[in-house]
Amino acid sequence: MRSLKHPVIKLAATTVIALGATQAYAADRLTIGVAVPTATHGYTAGIVYWANQAKKDLEAANPNLKVIVKTAGTPPEQANQIQDLVDVNKIGALVILPLDSASQTQPVNQVKNKGVYVTVVDRGLTNPAAQNAYVAGDNAAFGRLAAEYMGKRLNGKGNIVVLRGLPTTVDNDRVNAFNEEIKKYSGIKVLDAKYGNWNRDDAFKVMQDYLTRFKQVDAVWAADDDMAIGVQKAIEQAKRTDIKEVVGGGGAKFAVKKIMDGDKLVRADVSYSPRFMYDAIKMTAEARLKGQALPAKTIVPSVLITKENAKQFYFPESPY
Amino acid sequence: MGPVVALILLCIAGGLMNPDFATLDNMMNVLTRTAFIGIIAVGMTFVIVSGGIDLSVGSMAALIAGSMIVAMNFLATGAHAPGPVTIVLAGVVLALVFGAVFGAVHGFLITHGKIEPFIVTLGTLGIFRALLTWLSDGGALTLDFNLAETYGPVYYQSVLGVPIPVWVFALVAASGVVILNRTAFGQHVQAIGSNEQVARYAAIRVDRVKLLTYLLLGVCVAIATVLYVPRLGSATPTTGILWELEAIAAVVVGGTSLKGGAGRVLGTVVGAILLSVIGNILNLTSIISVHLNAAVQGLVIIAVAYLQRGRR
Repeated sequence: MRSLKHPVIKLAATTVIALGATQAYAADRLTIGVAVPTATHGYTAGIVYWANQAKKDLEAANPNLKVIVKTAGTPPEQANQIQDLVDVNKIGALVILPLDSASQTQPVNQVKNKGVYVTVVDRGLTNPAAQNAYVAGDNAAFGRLAAEYMGKRLNGKGNIVVLRGLPTTVDNDRVNAFNEEIKKYSGIKVLDAKYGNWNRDDAFKVMQDYLTRFKQVDAVWAADDDMAIGVQKAIEQAKRTDIKEVVGGGGAKFAVKKIMDGDKLVRADVSYSPRFMYDAIKMTAEARLKGQALPAKTIVPSVLITKENAKQFYFPESPY
Repeated sequence: MGPVVALILLCIAGGLMNPDFATLDNMMNVLTRTAFIGIIAVGMTFVIVSGGIDLSVGSMAALIAGSMIVAMNFLATGAHAPGPVTIVLAGVVLALVFGAVFGAVHGFLITHGKIEPFIVTLGTLGIFRALLTWLSDGGALTLDFNLAETYGPVYYQSVLGVPIPVWVFALVAASGVVILNRTAFGQHVQAIGSNEQVARYAAIRVDRVKLLTYLLLGVCVAIATVLYVPRLGSATPTTGILWELEAIAAVVVGGTSLKGGAGRVLGTVVGAILLSVIGNILNLTSIISVHLNAAVQGLVIIAVAYLQRGRR
């Protein structure tokens, strides 16, 4: 076994296994493992929903295809699951939304080294070499579109408060893009940006305190639709009429519904639909059944949702 | 006196940093949001004084909130739906029954099952939250719009200028003081916490008293939930996350030893308010990086606990 440790031999062995696997699965049946986080938030609930939806549609369309969906609450649990998917279920492809980037990189890398085709969704890995393909939403556009919309809506003048999510790279990407864009409107002032932790209750408290502190607020960017609910309740309670607009984010069905119904405060949202889980599984299945590869990187664009296009983003069956 | 001194110092600091801190509106906001954790913490004081612990209260509150919403929405559908006030009252009763039952089950498993309270409530922490996640399909459970209109005032309405949750909080705290310091039950709780064996020799019915402390806490969680649901009219899988730690922190900051034996309900109340005030001041100012908020909260908690040392 000692000689197998040599990098060149290892590489060669991996290539042989990978090629063998590719050919076998191209012609034969394909089992796809899907590893996603447990539905502990509206957004992850949407991920689980769309994963199961993809399983239903794809298995009905291809008799040669089997999709196994696993949900995990913690990173170690997810690492165990993908190990089982490879060893027990003999999957030919893995579609994974990692619970967190750093801790899943090694386990996913091992899966790939065993010749399994790996598509990573949304949260990237720390080493892109551990994946074959990457499918994600556009976090920079998530912030930029919101800023662009608010700038126009306020005619380039006014006070904005911001509620951030949790301290993560995803949140940083969004907020940095927002700040970059909003700077172009010299009349707009961002009064403060605090964490609402993507949570309704926390957003309620933060907004209450913003309202105590600032006598004139023209618009609120609550960078998540769940937080936008807490924000609206706080505004309602304080009976404040200076706020013209609350922009959330994520394209949750209750927010889209408000836009469709012509709500006074919620008129626009930025899509970041968990539906890309569905797209990622479908793309992987279709490509692998033909023995092809996906593009290395697919970015599902974020779109500004307004009354005109809201219908396309409304999925009443989804929990999010 | 530690927590009171700390609270006064914090309030002076808050007033200096932002003049809006000292407004009546802000004080009422802070007290109202403290009500949930405060009420739970009063119940937690009894459990901790008796030498126990309950880690499940956040998940329990979330599950009770979710069950209430599902039940009330169910009652509101159908041809013979009762009036909204009746439905809300039914929801409140259901919450109290659930809280009492959950608490009694904890107490039973701990006393008759002879399982560590830490383990029992760690187990139910997972069970309660998983049940809520399942009920809500991972998304949000939202109260019917008409019911929310009827129920809303329970959180948002004031009586004599003081919001209803603050009144309820005051009432629960006053009852807690009386029960812990002026009744035989309260004496027994303290006796068990300081030495369980001696309490047994003194013919105190240890198992029954312990079971009652968990039941009492369950009811406190239910009362808090009854006040919580009308705020947002919804429950999600993130509802009540880490409330158990906030409640335990309020109890300990308030001068009750985690080892049990002696405790003060009023200390707990001050502790709960103190924790809210720190968050409030951090929101009203932007002197330090938002990344460091939790660090400031941690520092204040440790500092106040330091002032408490020697009281055990």
